[in-house]
Amino acid sequence: MPANLHIEMARSLVGFLLLLHFLSTSEADSFFQPISDSHRSAALELFSPDHGSFKSLEETYEALRTFDVLGIEKKPNVTATACRLILEAVASSSSIPNDLFYALKANSIAKCKIKDKAFQGIIKRLKAVVNGASSLLDFYYSVGGLVLIKSSKADVHLANADGVFRSVKALSQSDGRWRYSSNNPESSAFAAGIALETLAGVVSLASSELDQSLISTLSLDNDISKLFDSIEKYDDGTLYFDDKLVDGHDHQGPLATTSSVVRGLTAFAAVSDGSLNLPGNKILELANFFLGMGVPGDAKDLFNQIDSLAFLESNRVSTPLILSLPSTVLSLTKKDALQVKVNTVFGSNAPPLSVMLVGAFTSDSKDASLVQSQELVFDAGTGLHNLNNLPKSIDVGSYTFVFEIVLHKPEDEKVYVTGGQKKVPIFVSGLIKIENAEIAILDSDLGSIETQKKLDLAGKSAVSLSANHLQKLRVSFKLTTPHGLAFKPHQALLKLRHESKVEHIFVVGNFGEQFEIVLNFLGLVEKFFYLSGRYDIELTVGDVVMENSLLRAIGHIELDLPEPPEKAPRPPPQPVDPYSRYGPKAEITHIFRAPEKRPKEELSFAFLGLTFLPLLGFLIGLSRVGVNLKNFPTNTVPATFAILFHVGIGAVLLLYVFFWLKLDLFHTLKLVGFMGVFLVLVGHTLLSYLAATSAKLKSA
Amino acid sequence: MAREKSSKGNAQALFHSLRSAYAATPVNLKIIDLYVGFAVFTALIQVVYMASVGSFPFNSFLSGVLSCVGTAVLAVCLRIQVNKENKEFKDLPPERAFADFVLCNLVLHLVIMNFLG
Repeated sequence: MPANLHIEMARSLVGFLLLLHFLSTSEADSFFQPISDSHRSAALELFSPDHGSFKSLEETYEALRTFDVLGIEKKPNVTATACRLILEAVASSSSIPNDLFYALKANSIAKCKIKDKAFQGIIKRLKAVVNGASSLLDFYYSVGGLVLIKSSKADVHLANADGVFRSVKALSQSDGRWRYSSNNPESSAFAAGIALETLAGVVSLASSELDQSLISTLSLDNDISKLFDSIEKYDDGTLYFDDKLVDGHDHQGPLATTSSVVRGLTAFAAVSDGSLNLPGNKILELANFFLGMGVPGDAKDLFNQIDSLAFLESNRVSTPLILSLPSTVLSLTKKDALQVKVNTVFGSNAPPLSVMLVGAFTSDSKDASLVQSQELVFDAGTGLHNLNNLPKSIDVGSYTFVFEIVLHKPEDEKVYVTGGQKKVPIFVSGLIKIENAEIAILDSDLGSIETQKKLDLAGKSAVSLSANHLQKLRVSFKLTTPHGLAFKPHQALLKLRHESKVEHIFVVGNFGEQFEIVLNFLGLVEKFFYLSGRYDIELTVGDVVMENSLLRAIGHIELDLPEPPEKAPRPPPQPVDPYSRYGPKAEITHIFRAPEKRPKEELSFAFLGLTFLPLLGFLIGLSRVGVNLKNFPTNTVPATFAILFHVGIGAVLLLYVFFWLKLDLFHTLKLVGFMGVFLVLVGHTLLSYLAATSAKLKSA
Repeated sequence: MAREKSSKGNAQALFHSLRSAYAATPVNLKIIDLYVGFAVFTALIQVVYMASVGSFPFNSFLSGVLSCVGTAVLAVCLRIQVNKENKEFKDLPPERAFADFVLCNLVLHLVIMNFLG
């Protein structure tokens, strides 16, 4: 393999290992990327209608809402199919409130033309459902439908708003969760979200005087704060809601539950006009929860993510600002600048602000920052905050940078939430200088150098050495960072591989920047299994921040070790090439028994003829003796029997011939059985007749 | 010399007396004797063939020889039972003995054909 392929392998291997290590011990906040074009293309893929129509009204609404929020141009056939489904549902008199609700929701985006008469009909039906509803979902769909009609038409009022509000609130539980109906004891945060949305709808449908009094008398603050008590937290600080249902209802995952709660909270915050106290940093962490899942692969998950983020962005309490970095790996060689972006959740511009680099820490310097607090320069053209020259104290290595967002206008602080200090892991990579690399053979007792050769680790040269067990091998080199400091790579290994594929790996130790390993063969004789011969030497120096990690075969050494004593350990069996197990095996040459020598055909035929001779002799003898058929019965019946008897015997013999030629034993036995029975009957009759005749003759 | 001549004469006289005694046997017994001789000769020829070319399909050889020997044995049994001078089988009608002979032969030949291979 060429050397650069080695290097690539080394770098990718080392990088991967370190990434695993980092992921498992991440205590810093991860940072999140705002919604981007990859979400838009995923939406187009996931929400493409099957054969020109969506599966259900709910899916139609989800598709339209996602396209709307992401700003994707709706294709005309999508709107047309959506309108068709909506009009169908609206016109049908047997639609359930569920369908009407989603049809109206979809219509609020698609804006299809619906006749006034149809609207009136729906209003009447929904009001009837509200008055007769007993379960949370009935309330939700009917109230929600009426709210949507009110937003497009005018003037829909709920007569018994007070009563409806109380009925919905009655389903709440003391832990902040809601039940679906009074006779179903299951409660969930998902239902709480639905309930809050319903209550917000009721408030907006009630006449204005009732609004505030409703909310203040039946304060929901308690419920909402109890709900927030059940919020859960991931290690990186993001918050989410989840239900732990043992059985029953299909368990909505954390995404669906959190989405439902967010919808409910933001809907309620919108109608309660500031009297609701939602803590700003909780909003930010909920937004981070949705951003942290990247691009979901499922249509419903994508809808939940985008829908919830849209509500979080435009809610009346606070808009989250997301700090993200286009790249967290900075190369000293390429003189990369540190770049930071601050956007809202959907990637739109933030208000005027500055980004401060508050500190930079490594795993060694826990509290002492390596840089002074400084402001990043804002480039209005690209919208990025840059730090063009990394301070001299930032050398090659892995750091945690701490950023803080400072808003310029004080009134923005009420509108936006920034989340305080953000810790971001940064890798600074660079070229590590490898100098004074040399390999030497030393005499064991005196330490004097017998052979010494310089190693050219950048090139392809290979050294060739020889040693016996009384000598030592020394490999040494110096590593320095671009800023001249000592560098300890993650991997500094020396490998010796024998011709029989037995390998030994040693770690190269260091004093500061000087790396050195001395192999004393006298002590290693047993470890090497007394195997003399040619050993290939390979050196590995690698680290995730080292741009020139290397894995290089530097040459070979002829080692002369003493003979193994009797009880010496044998080298371990080398692993068989795993692919040989599934490859073709060795060809087997079968040894067949030599076929028997058969006699010549003519000889066999001659003897066949000879076999017929005794038969001939028999027949001739028979005629000589005077054989006759005088006793053959003359009367018809016995004569028939006699003929049948002989025919039967002949048939059995013929059957035997067939048996030999073609049939198997079972068929033959079956047939012989039938014929035998026949023969016995016939023969018995015939022979008893003959016996009777001869007895008559004898007596006569 | 004289003894040789006399022994030769004795052998000839013995042979002639045997021949004449044999002529007195009934015809059906002679037929059976002929059959036995035929079977035995066939067996002998098979043995000679095997001796000359080897016993490769040994089962075929065995089935051939045993069919001849078996049928000879059955014929001898038939002769014993049919012979009127044999007091032991006085009450056994000869037709019955013949029926036995036929049936046993059929069974023997079924076995032989199976073993022939």
